[in-house]
Amino acid sequence: MRQMSEALQHDIVIVGGGGAGLRAAIAVAQLDPNLSLAVVSKVYPMRSHTVAAEGGAAAVIKDNDSFEAHCYDTISGSDWLADQDAVELFVDEAPRELIQMEHWGCPWNREPDGRVSVRPFGGMTIERTWFASDKTGFHMLHTLFQTLLQYDAVKRYDEWFATKLLIEDGRCQGVVAIEMRTGQIRCIKAKAVILSTGGAGRIFPFTTNGAIKTGDGTALAYKAGVPLKDMEFVQYHPTGLPGTGILITEAARGEGGVLLNKHGERYLKDYDLGEPLEVDDPKHPQKRTMELGPRDRLCQAFMKEHEKGNTIESPFGDVVHLDIRHIGEKKINKLLPFVRELAKNYAGIDPVHEPIPVRPVVHYMMGGIHTDIDTATPMPGLYAVGECACISINGANRLGSNSLTKLLVFGKRAGVAAAKYVRSCGKFDDSSLESQTASEQARIAAIFNRTSGNERIAAVRGDMHHAMESGAGIYRHDATLATTCEKLAMVRKRLGNIQLDDRSNCFNTELTTMLELENMVDIAEAVAHSARQRTESRGSHQRTDFPERDDQKFLKHSMAYRTEDGTPRVEYLDVVITKWPPAKRVYGEKPIESGA
Amino acid sequence: MPQETITLEVFRYRPEEDKQSTFQNYDVPYHEHWVVLDAINWIKDNVDGTLSYRWSCRMGVCGSCGMMINGEPKLTCAVFLKDYFPKVIRVEPLVNFPVERDLVIDMDGFMEKLKSVKPWIIRDDTDQMDQEYLQTPSQLAAYKDFSMCINCMLCYSACPVLDGDPEFIGPAALALAHRYNLDSRDKGNEQRQDIMGAEEGVWGCAFVGECTEVCPKNVNPAGAIQQAKIASTKAWYRSVLLPWGKR
Repeated sequence: MRQMSEALQHDIVIVGGGGAGLRAAIAVAQLDPNLSLAVVSKVYPMRSHTVAAEGGAAAVIKDNDSFEAHCYDTISGSDWLADQDAVELFVDEAPRELIQMEHWGCPWNREPDGRVSVRPFGGMTIERTWFASDKTGFHMLHTLFQTLLQYDAVKRYDEWFATKLLIEDGRCQGVVAIEMRTGQIRCIKAKAVILSTGGAGRIFPFTTNGAIKTGDGTALAYKAGVPLKDMEFVQYHPTGLPGTGILITEAARGEGGVLLNKHGERYLKDYDLGEPLEVDDPKHPQKRTMELGPRDRLCQAFMKEHEKGNTIESPFGDVVHLDIRHIGEKKINKLLPFVRELAKNYAGIDPVHEPIPVRPVVHYMMGGIHTDIDTATPMPGLYAVGECACISINGANRLGSNSLTKLLVFGKRAGVAAAKYVRSCGKFDDSSLESQTASEQARIAAIFNRTSGNERIAAVRGDMHHAMESGAGIYRHDATLATTCEKLAMVRKRLGNIQLDDRSNCFNTELTTMLELENMVDIAEAVAHSARQRTESRGSHQRTDFPERDDQKFLKHSMAYRTEDGTPRVEYLDVVITKWPPAKRVYGEKPIESGA
Repeated sequence: MPQETITLEVFRYRPEEDKQSTFQNYDVPYHEHWVVLDAINWIKDNVDGTLSYRWSCRMGVCGSCGMMINGEPKLTCAVFLKDYFPKVIRVEPLVNFPVERDLVIDMDGFMEKLKSVKPWIIRDDTDQMDQEYLQTPSQLAAYKDFSMCINCMLCYSACPVLDGDPEFIGPAALALAHRYNLDSRDKGNEQRQDIMGAEEGVWGCAFVGECTEVCPKNVNPAGAIQQAKIASTKAWYRSVLLPWGKR
């Protein structure tokens, strides 16, 4: 391995260059151009997985919508596990942030009068999803990245892979990172660090997430002693393409698409999601009903249909049909062009003429690094935002199209909070940061130079995938979760037996893949153990041995702390309730007025 | 029946170890539904962990996995083995870029060019956050296609001008500049004129149109550059004929 060179130094280091990180960076650059700001990302920022978000971003902008409705949809969608103070703040800030995106050039779809258009999404009382056809994440990410380019003072470390948080004096004071082009391991000192590294869908085999979504920042915080909150809540998206797991956006249903079983029936009618209207009925699709029910309930309905033998066999597992043919070619091309392109390329069918085969697929981590509503973690100097963080506005099930908005609202908040912190935090002991970097370099060199061991990365990763899919999927049980935990412990042991082929310093992706696998095993264990200990069913976490929600015991966030052997110790934290006391989640009819 | 295979002939180069590049052949299981990227991932996972390349979304939107496939720039997540089977598939890094290692190209030059065209909204007024700027569907349509670029760099590999003149700003960045010039919310035309109208700007383009041919997202950079040439000419005439007037 390369010898270490001199430490780099900044006021704020942002790790992760997706939507949240870039929004935070712009906030810092605008607030105080004199602050030294760096963005460290393992990929060029425009490759970040925000790019793959399709359907849109939620914010109240239309006269028929309201603050209360967006709060209620989010909180009921979360199965009352969201912190309501965070939700209120989020809903209040959301319109300003989307208008800001508009002013920065995001090509939102428009009404004839020039105002932005909105579309309905699952679990919404009123349509409020802003969209840029069905490539909203792509447009937002590129708009943010291009906007950031005007700030000369921002230093980017593109294709630098962060491996460790530097902690001294009880504060986070920087990161260690590998410059991938040279293989050098560098100390980057900072007064504050913002983690915005995205989710960890790649701990499962079948996911909409890109290869880079390995939960690196989440694992760094976890290893540094910061708790991970609500990790048992993993969102499956009801409509992924079989085989690849490529996402077909919920907007396909928002525009009127329907789900059919092998008998051609709209099977959701059997799952407490209301009555179907004909597709040519002007009131179709009805909000919070049938195909516009929440994601967790739709995925659970698929599993039940599968049990009944009503799903359709395919070479890549059973599917149901997403039928958008009645929307018509013209509207599909205007509103859902990417859906058509993806279905043609990766399912071999043209959705203008044939239904799209789909099945539930791992999509989003509701849980993540524990933060307060200012994105601060319990570790002074460390902030987290985006999918890697848990504030929480998502609770047990995220409302579709809240996540893109969340990147903006809390991304800005993270930038502002970190800037405020570094201007007042004073000086502290940083004498050991370089020796910590040297130890980290030695740890990585040991992996790099290992000449014993007969395991390959792909085999160990495959067994982690199998453990997660077989025991920690949509329906869970103590027995299956116990097996998953045991298997993950075995997987962890095998990490030490992996020998790399690649001994080159330049762009060694085998080494970074190995470090990503270590991170994923940490996160997989946090998910599985947190799931095992939550003996109730809530939102995306469904226990066949505990099928009811238990507010007495579990109206609480789980908090997983890493112990020395890698397994977590799980504690609990009360949920913040402001105006919406826990109630039954009702879909398919007018929601019960609650709270406000 | 034994598993059918397909051969990938892959460009290899490690700057520290290799004096020059070589090709290495890998026999990969043939599956009709596999894209070329699946085959490359199979090699990395099962046979040779030293092969380096970039990839992420595997759905044609992150722009990471562009490579030369049998001499043509392609997104490897969007081309299928079945389009080449049973012939050998030659996999090389995108041309017109320095190679960092194996299939990984050096993007530094592009990142600078991208910034040079000021790809952001330029206005004099301060943001009023209470309402969106109005933009009609036809105003949106005027630039929308040019906003679809995923920076995959296929057009830079296809561009015959870049083959001879690495300073040429290139199709993707020029199309993006034009995208902002066409945006009804933007007032930055004049600020972009210096770079757009320069020798390495739109006038560098020989209008061969290869960029538009290879673009996986139908951005039509060649069309953008032609439109920009006309706009640039008009701006030049205005500045020469009416030097006292407001441009």
